Amino acid sequence: MGKIVAVTGNEAVANALRQADPDVCSLYPITPQTDIVQRFSSFVANGLVKTELINAESEHSAMSAAIGAAAAGGRVITATSSQGMALMWEMLHIASGMNLPIIMPLVNRALSAPLNIHGDHSDGMGARDTGWVQLWSESAQEAYDNTIMAFRVGEHMDIRLPVMVCMDGFIVSHSIARMEYLEDGEVKKFIGPYVPKNPLLDIEHPKSFGPLILTDLYHEYKRLQHEIMGRVKNVVLQVSDEFARLSGRKYGLFESYRLEDAEIALVILNSAAGTSKDVVDELRGKGIKAGLLKPRLFRPFPYEEVGQALKHLKAVCVMDRADSFGGYGPMFMEISSAMYQADGGQRPRLINKIYGLGGRDFMPHDARGVLLELVEIAKGAPVRTVKEYIGVRE
Amino acid sequence: MELSTKELLKWSAAVKLREKSKRENRFEHGHRMCAGCGAPTVVKMVLLATEYPVVVSNATGCLEVSSCIQDYTAWRVPWIHTAFENAAATLAGVETMYRALQKSGKAPENVKFIAFGGDGGTYDIGLQSLSGAMERGHDMLYVCYDNGAYMNTGIQRSSATPLGADTTTSPAGSANPAGKMQTRKDLTRIMAAHGIPYAAQASPSHWLDLMTKVKKAHEIKGPKFINILAPCNRGWRTATDNSIEISRLAVETCYWPLYEVENGQLRVTFVPEEKKPAELFFKPQGRFKHLFAPENEGFLKRVQAEIDRVWQGLLKESAASENVSPGQAG
Repeated sequence: MGKIVAVTGNEAVANALRQADPDVCSLYPITPQTDIVQRFSSFVANGLVKTELINAESEHSAMSAAIGAAAAGGRVITATSSQGMALMWEMLHIASGMNLPIIMPLVNRALSAPLNIHGDHSDGMGARDTGWVQLWSESAQEAYDNTIMAFRVGEHMDIRLPVMVCMDGFIVSHSIARMEYLEDGEVKKFIGPYVPKNPLLDIEHPKSFGPLILTDLYHEYKRLQHEIMGRVKNVVLQVSDEFARLSGRKYGLFESYRLEDAEIALVILNSAAGTSKDVVDELRGKGIKAGLLKPRLFRPFPYEEVGQALKHLKAVCVMDRADSFGGYGPMFMEISSAMYQADGGQRPRLINKIYGLGGRDFMPHDARGVLLELVEIAKGAPVRTVKEYIGVRE
Repeated sequence: MELSTKELLKWSAAVKLREKSKRENRFEHGHRMCAGCGAPTVVKMVLLATEYPVVVSNATGCLEVSSCIQDYTAWRVPWIHTAFENAAATLAGVETMYRALQKSGKAPENVKFIAFGGDGGTYDIGLQSLSGAMERGHDMLYVCYDNGAYMNTGIQRSSATPLGADTTTSPAGSANPAGKMQTRKDLTRIMAAHGIPYAAQASPSHWLDLMTKVKKAHEIKGPKFINILAPCNRGWRTATDNSIEISRLAVETCYWPLYEVENGQLRVTFVPEEKKPAELFFKPQGRFKHLFAPENEGFLKRVQAEIDRVWQGLLKESAASENVSPGQAG
C-alpha cells in the first residue's frame, strides 16, 4: 500500500525519479525546477540511488549529455523549465530523432522577455513540435504518477521516445499538497529494468548515431517518426491501465469532468483545471449544464477522442496559458482541428481565452465569468471576439 | 628538419611502428573528405595510436558530414554525432553512462572515449561545452582538428583563423587590405589552464610526436585535450598534394609549435634546428597572398613578431619546467 504524504510537486517528482533509479542524471539548475535536481543530488550523495550525476554547464549540454548517455545504453533523466527548455530546443529534436527514451520533468514557467520565473505553459507549448511525448499534470499526485508512467511509455519497445512530464511552476511545484506515494518496490517492479536498444557501448557491434541524411531519405525518416508517434496513444492507455491496477488511480488520454450531459465546457490544462472543476460544480448546482475537459497527453494529441468528447456541446472555451502571438492560443488550435474533423460535422461554437501568463492568478471568478459567457453563446449570443485575454489589469 | 636516428628509434619504439603498420584502420577508406585534406590523416593517426576499444563523438563539421552518410560509414568504431557545439557534452554523457554501467558489470573493460571537432566547433561554438566537460573531469580525449576556419560552410573566419588570413567573412578588400585583423585564440593554453592532466599540440607532419602524445593521453585518467593542425587546401588555397609538407612548414616556422602540458608542466616537444621565417609557411597559401602586396608592407612583420612572441614564451616556460622536473626533459 502507498503512503499518504503532504509534499510539494517538486518533492513528489523527485521521489518518482528516485524510485525509477536511473543510471545517469544530467542536470542544470533553473527556477522553479531546481528543487528537483537538488533533491535528486542528495539522493545520490546519500546512496539512495545508483545514479551517476552530470553537473552540466548549461541546459544545452545537459540535454546533449543526456542524449550521449541514453545512446550509450541506459536509463537517463534530466529536468528543466522555461529558458532552460528554450536553450535545449535544438537538442530536443535530436533526442527524439534518435529515439532515445530520456525522461524529463518540465516545471512550466513563462519565457523571457520580460524576465518572469512564474508558471505558464509557454515553455511546453514551444516544445510542441520537437517529437517528444508530452504528459501534463494538474497536481503533485498527477505529476508523480505521470513521471512513473513516463518511463514505461518512453522505454516501450514499440516507440522508444523521450517524454516530458509537465506541471505548473510554483502553483504545483512549490505548493504542499496531500498525495499518495507508491512503495519503492512496487514502482521498481512497475517500471522494470532498462532494456537498451542498439547501445553505443556494444563495442563488438559498432553503431553510428546521427548520420547525415539528405534529400534521398530524410523525408522517409520523418515519416517514420510520425508513424512511431501514432503508436504512443495505445501505449499510454495500456500503461495507464496497468498503473490503475497498481495505484487505483485511473488516467486516460484526457480527463472528462461532467462532460457527458454538458452543454458548455472549458478545455483547460494543469492546475487551473482544479479551480475550474469547483466552479463547474457550483454552476451545476444552479442548473447550468457545465463540464470540463483536461488534456493529459498533448503530444501526440488525441484528436479523434477529444472530438468525440466535445462534439455534442453547444459552446466550448479553450483556455490557453500560453500565446502564439499573431495566432490563436496553441490549445485552441488543437481543439479547433479536433472539432473540424469530428464525425458528422457536428460541433460546438468555440472561443479562446488567454489566462494566467507569468503566474497571474487564475481565480474561481475567472472560470465563472468564462462559463457564464458560454451560457449566453450557447443560447445564440454572438461571439464578441474569438481570442481574448482575461484577468488583465487595465 | 629530418629526425635524428636516435629520436626516430625512440619514438618508433614508443608507438611500435611495425605493429601499427599491420593494424586495421578504424577510420576506413570511402569517406568523402576532399582530396588532400589533412583531417582524415589526423583521425587515422589518432586511432592508430589508440590501442583500446574506443567510442567516438564527432561535432558537426567537414569530418562528420563526410564520414557517415546513411547507409555508409567510414568508422569501424561506435560513433555518435548530435550537433555542432556539443561533441564534448555528448561524449561526457556516453562516458558517464559507461561508468554507471560498469558499476553493475554491464559494460566492457578499458573503453576509451575520443571527441573530434573542428576549430569552429571547438574554439568558438563548442568552447563552453568543452570547458564544462574538462572541468567535470570526464575520462576522455578531445581532439581538435584545427584547419583555421569554418571550412564546411565555405571558409568563414573562426577564432582559430590566423592573423591576416583572407576568408569569406574576413576578406581582404580595398578598405581592409589585411584580411583577419585579430590574432588566434590560444586554445591549447586555455585548455591547459583548466588544470587538466594533459594538453598538447601536434601536427601530422610530426606523426611520431602526434601518436606518442595520443598514446600518452590514453594512459592518463581524466580529461585530455590535443590540438592538431589539419591543413585544408580549399581554405588555405594550397595544392592538394602538400598537406604534410605545409604542416611541416607550420611547425618549422614555429607558427604551430609542438608542445605538451602535463600536470601543469609545459614542455616543447620539438625545437627546429633552424627556425624558418614565417614567410615560408605563408607564401604557398592563397589565403595570405594579399599580405605580399605592396599595400600590406610591414604586416608580415607584425605576423612574424606575434609568432616569435608566442614561441619565445613557450621556450622560456619549457626551460623552466625542465629545471623544475629534469626527469621530464628530452
